[in-house]
Formats: sequence, structure tokens, C-alpha cells
Amino acid sequence: MADTVISARGLLKLYGQQRAVDAIDLDVERGEIFGLLGPNGAGKTTTILMMLGLTEVSGGTVEVLGFNPVREPLEVKRRVGYLPDAVGFYDHLTARENLTYTARLLGIPRGESGRRIMEALDSVKLADVADKRVATFSRGMRQRLGIAEIVMKRAEVAILDEPTSGLDPHATFELLEMIRGLKRNGVAVLLSSHLLDRVQSVCDRVALFNNGRVALLGTVVQLANQVLGAGHPILIEAKGSDIAGTLRGIDGVQSVTAEGEGAWRVVAARDVRAEAAERIVAAGGSLTRLADLQPSLEEVYTRYFQEARHAA
Amino acid sequence: MPPSVAQRAPRRLGSPFTGLSAVFMKEFSDHLSSARMMVLMLFVIVFGALPVGLSLQELRNITESDPFLFLRIFTSAPQRIPFSFTASLTLVIPLLAIGLGFDSVNSEFNRRTLSRVLSQPIYRDALLLGKFLGGLATLAVALIALWLIVLGAGLLLLGLPPRSVEVARGIGFLVVAIAYGGVWLAIAMLFSVIFRSTATSALCALGVWLFFVILWPLIVPVLTLAMTPTDVAMGLGRLDETLAMIQLQSTLERLSPNTLFGEAVIGLLNPETRTLGPMIPSLMRGAILGAPLPLDQSLLLIWPQVTGLIAAMIVVFAAAYVIFQREEVRA
Ligand SMILES: Nc1ncnc2c1ncn2[C@@H]1O[C@H](COP(=O)(O)OP(=O)(O)OP(=O)(O)O)[C@@H](O)[C@H]1O
Ligand SMILES: [Mg+2]
Repeated sequence: MADTVISARGLLKLYGQQRAVDAIDLDVERGEIFGLLGPNGAGKTTTILMMLGLTEVSGGTVEVLGFNPVREPLEVKRRVGYLPDAVGFYDHLTARENLTYTARLLGIPRGESGRRIMEALDSVKLADVADKRVATFSRGMRQRLGIAEIVMKRAEVAILDEPTSGLDPHATFELLEMIRGLKRNGVAVLLSSHLLDRVQSVCDRVALFNNGRVALLGTVVQLANQVLGAGHPILIEAKGSDIAGTLRGIDGVQSVTAEGEGAWRVVAARDVRAEAAERIVAAGGSLTRLADLQPSLEEVYTRYFQEARHAA
Repeated sequence: MPPSVAQRAPRRLGSPFTGLSAVFMKEFSDHLSSARMMVLMLFVIVFGALPVGLSLQELRNITESDPFLFLRIFTSAPQRIPFSFTASLTLVIPLLAIGLGFDSVNSEFNRRTLSRVLSQPIYRDALLLGKFLGGLATLAVALIALWLIVLGAGLLLLGLPPRSVEVARGIGFLVVAIAYGGVWLAIAMLFSVIFRSTATSALCALGVWLFFVILWPLIVPVLTLAMTPTDVAMGLGRLDETLAMIQLQSTLERLSPNTLFGEAVIGLLNPETRTLGPMIPSLMRGAILGAPLPLDQSLLLIWPQVTGLIAAMIVVFAAAYVIFQREEVRA
């Protein structure tokens, strides 16, 4: 119990007749990075806003660090850092002045706030532009300033809504590194995103949203097993005659599908890499590539929504 | 049955004023350092200084002794432009207030700072009130500066210091002017809460201002006539019926903050004033020409106007507050 920082039970949000968030259950543990995934309009932002008490809850309960955000929003907001999607700062103020305002709102004593702000700016590599006006900042710098705000706040939970949207690959990489830094400092992170491979690389667990419901929840491997079926996928590129037949002959192989010229995707109940290499060479073929395929979130996502659409 | 509808609004914990002073300080310093404030200040000084300068030239030539010579700086309309300082302020204060308030909430939406600020430990109450008080303090600074300029100019050009009762009346005038500005600031903020576009909210606030400046004085007599029986309207009614009609007209006029401000100013700065609103010959006899009222009597006279201004300010602010509470924070 003590380790659950966010817990939602039957959390519901109605906009008129529309169920933007439809009775979801969700738990986020201390020290993990939890990802909310889902197509546009799935209800991710609405869920986040309800956790912060920034929009009314239509039903169900949500608790953040043991506080009810509807009744005790100040207690929740004192301990939770929030980076909204498309975060904005006061353009006419400098980075330092923007954070100073936040520090005032948080009631951090003046003597302490200067130091905390510099430490925070330092941790997101913005220390050298601390006194530049935010108007001159790039998108990536603004996102990092948002992270700095959370660091300065010494939040126990960080809620990041699409933190990487609109960032170039390098900026994305840097930002994810900072998110990992938050986790190293013991902060539980809840983030929503569309960038599946990025999410996969940082998240411990994910929840897949669809139409206001949590469709799938768990680690990436668990989701892959649920959606793609259990099994080890491997990729083989080889030259020779009847490679596919050779592969199918291996004990435990469940499926072999061609993936373009001279490449096959094999799913087996166990790790069959050694045996596959042996057989191909024995059959006179030449093996050019043999790769263990991690289940990819992208695949899970695509497959899930294909099936969901078929079912509908 | 949806479980939500039956749910009672739960009580919030924590003070609604947490963070109020932080918001206030930020708004105040933002306003004071902004280019917009410089422009507004220039505007106010030009509009204020012109009638004061002209009437000072005329007042210097008055030889007969006037115990309230200093107050005449505020109220006398110079011959060259028939526009007194206070009449000028009746127009300029709303513009100043609208200039300070028309984008106070919607600009936070548009800059996308609102959700970030509201995710700090602060209620919307404190945010809105802090913004209002910050604007009001800025307004007060501008008016006090103007007031001191007028006082200084009077000292220099008239060459005599104001009597303490004149200073007291002048300070009363300042307070009334700030309350009047507060009404318009609240109106401007109301529109800034309603409309996401700053241009729309500025237009609406200016529209209300124009309405009260130009249309309302024209509409009131029409309304009054429409609401009284024809014979009374044609001047054939009994005295009490005619009085009732005049009373109705002045009540309607007082729905405009401009009227309330104007009456309060007359009561304060013309110490001879014994009654406000409609001047009925029988009541007026000896009223204007009589001895000046002591300060406390004048204050008593304008008290309803001042409370009316303050009540209007609170009502409009409350409306803005209620709408703001229901608004979605996401842009
Ligand atoms: N103020 C509102 N009034 C009515 N419906 C709304 C409102 N805000 C959001 N919705 C609806 O709620 C649903 C969920 O929206 P939400 O913003 O939570 O989705 P999201 O998962 O964050 O999407 P995105 O990836 O685009 O950010 C959408 O269908 C949206 O149309
Ligand atoms: Mg969203």
C-alpha cells in the first residue's frame, strides 16, 4: 500500500453523454516509470487532469500519495509535478524568474529558492541560459525548463503529458535521459506519449488506452504475450534453397513468415537460434543475419488496434 | 443511473488564499514594468494634465477669495475646452482599467501557462483575486501619481498650499476614483474569463464602456417615459407623480457606474452640494448657493454612491469567479 503513489478505481469522466474516461482502474508504484499510451482522444490527458484535481471527477475515486485530489488538491499539487502538453512559460520573464514565481507559489523560502532553482536548472543543462528570456527558448529548452520546475519542486510524483512531442530525436533522447534521472532520484513518473519505441525504452509498465478504457496494462513483454501470443520471435536472413522448409522442420517452431527477399520471421516456443543456424548451414545455405527480436510496443499497438477495429 | 450526478460537491480543504500574495506581487510588478503601462500612464497624464493646466491658468486670475480654490482645479471646466479634470477622468479611468484587465485570464490560456500555474498548490480563487488586486494596485499607483502631479502643479501655479480639509476631500476623491476603476477592472476581467480571444474581450469591455458613456444617457429618458403614464410624462401629472418619474430616471441613471462616480465626485469636491441626482427647483433653492457642508456630511451624502460602486465591483468579480471555476484548464 505504502508503495502505491497513484491509485484510480472506477475513475469516470463524462463530457455530456460522452465517456471520455470510462471507469478505469490504475495503480502507479513508487519508483517506476509508467506510460499511458493510446490514440488521440483516448482520454489520457483527461485522466491526468483528474489526478491533479484540475478537472472535475464524474465518478469513481482517485488517490495520489494518499490524498484525494478533489478534496485536498493543494496537498496533491504540493507533492506532484506536472508538465502539461505544450507547456507555456511567461515569455517576458527569464528562466530563473519563471521558476522564482513557481517557488513563491510553492511557498519555498526566499533564501532557499535561489539555490534550488540553480540546482534544478543545472540538472537540465539550462544553467547557462538562466537569465535569458524564455521567449528565446526552443521547444526542447521549454520542455527541459518544465522538468526543472519539477526538480525544483522536489516532487514525489512527476506527471508528464506528451513530454517528447515536437522534439527532434536528439532532444527526445536528452529529455528521456532526464526522465530516467527523475526515476533515479526516487520520483515516480507517469507519462503519456505517442512515441512508442521511446516509451518502450523508458517505461517499466504501460497502460494502453482505447476509447476511455484501459485496454491492456503491464510490462511491454506481458502486453506482447497477450497480444502477439507467447513465443520467441527471431529474424533470420539467409541464402539457400528452401530455407523456410528447413526452419519449419525445427522442433518448437510455431510460425515462419517471409519478411521480404531472403528474410524470415520465426516464432518459436523456445530459443531456437542455435539450432536454426546449424540446420541452415547443414542444408548448404549461408546465414547472413540472425537476430533475437524484442517484442516491440509498436507491434503490440498496431496489432491491438487492428484487432479492435476488426472486432468493432 | 450515472453515479456522478447524484454526487455532492465535496468540501475542499486548505485555504483559498494560499499563494495569493505571490500572484499579487507578480501581477503588480508585471504591470508596472510593462510597456503597456507606460502607454496607459502617458494617456492618463495627457488627458488629466490638459484640463488641469488650462483651468489653473484661469484660476490664477480669480481674485475673489474662494475657500475651496484648490478643489476647483479638479472640477472647473476651462473655457477653452469645456472639460473638467474629473469629467476627463470619468472617461479615462475605465480605459485604464480595461487596458489592465482585458487579457488577464485569457492570456494565460493562450500562453499555456494556466495549467502549469494551477498545478501548483493554489486555488483558482487566489489566482483570480491576486490578478484583480494586482491590477487594482497598479491602477491606484497610476491615480495617486496623477493626483500628486495635480497637487504639485496647483502648489506651484497657485502659490498657496491646500487647506487640510481640501486635502482630505482630495483623498476621498482618490479613493472613489480607485473604486470606480475597480468596477471597470472587474468588468474587463469578466470578459477575459469569458472569451479566449483577447481581442474579443477587449472589444466587449470597450463596448460596455461606450454603452454607458453614449447610449445609456440617451436610453434612460426614453425608458423613463415609457414606464410612466402618458399624462405624467407630458407634465400634466400631480407633483408627486412627477417626482416619482424624476426619481425613476435618476435610479436608472445610477445603474451606470459613470453616474455613481460623477455624483460621488460632485458631492466630495463641491462642498456646497447638498443633494445628489435630480435637481428639483423646490429642493435646490438655497442648496447650491448655501454654505459648504462639513466633510462628514458630504461623506454621508455620497455614501450610497460609494457603496454602489463597491457592490458593483464585487458582483462583477463574483460573476467572473463563478465562470472561471467552471472553465476547463486545458487550452
Ligand atoms: N472540454 C471538453 N468538452 C468535451 N469533450 C472533451 C473536452 N475535453 C476533452 N474532450 C473529449 O474527451 C476525450 C478525451 O480527450 P483527451 O484530451 O483526454 O485525450 P488524449 O488521450 O489526451 O488525446 P491526445 O493524444 O490527442 O492528447 C476526447 O474524445 C475529447 O473529444
Ligand atoms: Mg492529451
